Amino acid sequence: MELINIEELLEKYFEATTTVQEEQELKMYFSQDNVAPHLQEYTPMFQYFTDLKAEKSTRNVPLQPRKNYLKWISVAAVFVLTTGLFVNEWNKQRQVEEAFNDFKTAMSLVSENFNTGASHINYLSQFEETTNKIFITRNN
Amino acid sequence: MKQADFLNTVLPFKDKLYRLAKRLLVSNEEAEDATQEVLMKLWSKKSKMEAFKNVEAFAMTMTKNYCLDKLKSKQASNLKLVHSNYKDENTSLQKEVELRDSVSFVHQIMEQLPEQQKIIIQLRDVEQYDFEEIAKVVNMNPTAIRVALSRARKYIRQELIKKHNYGVN
Repeated sequence: MELINIEELLEKYFEATTTVQEEQELKMYFSQDNVAPHLQEYTPMFQYFTDLKAEKSTRNVPLQPRKNYLKWISVAAVFVLTTGLFVNEWNKQRQVEEAFNDFKTAMSLVSENFNTGASHINYLSQFEETTNKIFITRNN
Repeated sequence: MKQADFLNTVLPFKDKLYRLAKRLLVSNEEAEDATQEVLMKLWSKKSKMEAFKNVEAFAMTMTKNYCLDKLKSKQASNLKLVHSNYKDENTSLQKEVELRDSVSFVHQIMEQLPEQQKIIIQLRDVEQYDFEEIAKVVNMNPTAIRVALSRARKYIRQELIKKHNYGVN
């Protein structure tokens, strides 16, 4: 690369009218050893830019599959909901059964008491029998 | 879009995001944080990502905005980075030490530039973007970018010459 050309490029470079390609050439020129003495002062500038380009990020990015979480959460929600409904239904059924059993014992209690009550009525029939006997004798 | 596809689109410019973040935030750690944050945001928007014509420019813009927000939210308290891992050149020790010294001096000069110019210098002189691509990231027209770039380069030159002359005299 000719020195005059480099000087021209530098002039353009500071006016920011160089193309990316030309800037690349400048960088190349300043990265080699025999830079013209009066241009030495620009070396660190280009050196710095080259150095910067070598920097690399070292940390890995932990990418959580967030969308999957959502899917699993919905699955869990559906599960909870259905078991809830099921338990509720089962509870209701058990309540009906319990109520039926209660009703049954209550009814048997009633019928038992009714029977004891009914047994007392037997005396009444005895009474009727004796009066009949009396009436029958009068009529005869 | 699968995770592997996402990584394939994102990894080629991940370092560019990191470098831009580092230029603005200075600290290594914060730059890593910023890169991670931006990539996570991209990942959460991955369903819309196919619609973007230029994912890289979009990610760069996100990084820029994120870093500027960060800077605004805590103007003072960012860690200053002191790094000295410049590459070896085949120069003599004396020359090498001198060069290393002036390279870190350029770093100091860069630090003094306003954010907008830092971003433009980073995109142009480090990442070799053309003006249209820079325009997408910084939301300026190419002429304004050219002016800002020229101003930034001239500022670096002026400071370098100042230092050079100081050494001589």
